[in-house]
Amino acid sequence: MIRFTAIRLVEIAAMLVLMSFVIYALIGLMPGDPIDLMMASDPHLTTADVARLKALYGVGQPLLTRYFAWAHAALAGDLGYSRLFAAPVVATLLPRLGNSLVLLGSSFVLAFLLALGLGIAAARHPRSRLDAAINLGAFAGVSVPTFWLALILILVFAQGLRWLPAGGITDAGDGNIADRLRHLVLPVATLTIASIGGYTRYVRAAMRDALGQDHIRTARAKGASEARVVWHHALRGALVPIATILALSFGTLVSGALVTEEMFAYPGMGKLIFDAVMGNDYNLALAALLLATAVTMAANLAADLAYAWLDPRVVLR
Amino acid sequence: MRLPLLILGAIAVAALAMPLVALALHSDPSAVDLVNRFAGPSLAHPLGTDELGRDMLLRLLEGGRVSLTIGIAAAVAAAAIGTGIGLAAGYLGGWTDRILMRFADGVIALPLLPLLIVLAALDLGKLGIPGWFAQSPAISLVRIVVLAVLVGWTTAARLVRGATLVTRQRDFVRAARSLGARTFHILWRHILPNVTAPLVVATTLSVGDIILLESVLSFLGLGVQPPLASWGSMLSNAEELITSSPLLAIYPGAMIFLTVIACNLLGDALLTRFDPRDALTAGR
Repeated sequence: MIRFTAIRLVEIAAMLVLMSFVIYALIGLMPGDPIDLMMASDPHLTTADVARLKALYGVGQPLLTRYFAWAHAALAGDLGYSRLFAAPVVATLLPRLGNSLVLLGSSFVLAFLLALGLGIAAARHPRSRLDAAINLGAFAGVSVPTFWLALILILVFAQGLRWLPAGGITDAGDGNIADRLRHLVLPVATLTIASIGGYTRYVRAAMRDALGQDHIRTARAKGASEARVVWHHALRGALVPIATILALSFGTLVSGALVTEEMFAYPGMGKLIFDAVMGNDYNLALAALLLATAVTMAANLAADLAYAWLDPRVVLR
Repeated sequence: MRLPLLILGAIAVAALAMPLVALALHSDPSAVDLVNRFAGPSLAHPLGTDELGRDMLLRLLEGGRVSLTIGIAAAVAAAAIGTGIGLAAGYLGGWTDRILMRFADGVIALPLLPLLIVLAALDLGKLGIPGWFAQSPAISLVRIVVLAVLVGWTTAARLVRGATLVTRQRDFVRAARSLGARTFHILWRHILPNVTAPLVVATTLSVGDIILLESVLSFLGLGVQPPLASWGSMLSNAEELITSSPLLAIYPGAMIFLTVIACNLLGDALLTRFDPRDALTAGR
């Protein structure tokens, strides 16, 4: 297990180095040039300034030279300066990462608990009407376009009923806890509805599998109550695949809510990545994309480890 | 299985028959009529008109044609490429297998949407693609298909590899080999037919996923570009007008939803039909 983890960590590190170069190269292929943008927005810049800036940023240098300069600084902890936010990249990233974790963490817990209930209910009565209804609902959840769902929720609850704010993170002003929570309701609802379908299908499948095992029949034959059979014996077996799916979806926590955050103008990582890419903010986009990649890969490793930890039959190689 | 097939068939036929509908309505999907903007449903415009007075029904059918074409083309292309890679990995084994599958794992382990946004925003001119092609209206379609294939090939590759590993040990494959059959013949006649069923299921499911991906990218302004329109790009235009005319946003979204859920239900029904035992435990 330790050997496996060590090898995987090395692989992740290698993958991150590779991805940092790929993303660095790709970002150079985006339309526009940050210095041209600076020149366009500031009439006081002279041609000499521009030449100086171009030398400073290494424009015209070969790709590898520029990449190594960036990598050297990044390894020393200097990820550069964000052009859009006029602040160091790290200082821009961290609060947004926190915002994203709040948004995604709460919808993740909510969706998982609901999916657990729905999935178990469906699995206990296979081929019943309840099962069919839950299955259809789960399909609806995985099929709905997130941005459309967000639009409908905004239309109904923000424009129509005027119960909830349509976007942002607080009203202008102090922003106490109640205000923050009010702003969280619609984005969390969007994400929960969008993710509950997939989780429910996994729980349902895992529970059906678990309920069909021999030891369940034995437990029933011994006279164990239905509740004990379901919650004690079957859920234990079902938890292994469920935990794997949960760990995997944890990886999307950093970037998965891009569309939802964009729709609700919620200042999280997804929106940050989108804005940075669209706004030619190279340093910020690079750091944010790499962070999202690192977390996703770490979650994949966690999924494998959880699988082996929960199921002693699994041997990691 | 019948209902999703019917829904998909109806949408596809209606989208293909758009020119006939246009003829019947004496209009075409790009005909601008600024006097009749935001018109309600009428005989001439069964679903009303949009912000430029274009007929909503015709626009929806036209958008459906674009969305479905992208979905099906990309799903088939991804399945074909994935099958090739899966066959190579499973049949050749050894280092080829290890490298290809590590690569597939790597693609799966990436945060795809943010990276796709970077790829979708690339300046094709800087990539050395000739200007006449980079500027043509078809380029946005090609670009989305390429992006969808880039992330979509892994499913087919893993499926085919798994089946190949199992099948190549079977007696009829060894018999064929001992009779002197060429590798290509073995792959094509003996191994591929054994993966067709799961491959068809996976491809059907991926059509829905790709239509969703296309709609997200188009909605963010990175997908289908005017003068072409897809359901996603129609929604993107409608978002600004959501307060005054919500129907402009509700129609295309409902079409995406209907199409994607029909693809998913069809895939699920196919799974049950091909392998009733498997369907009970399948994750999706």
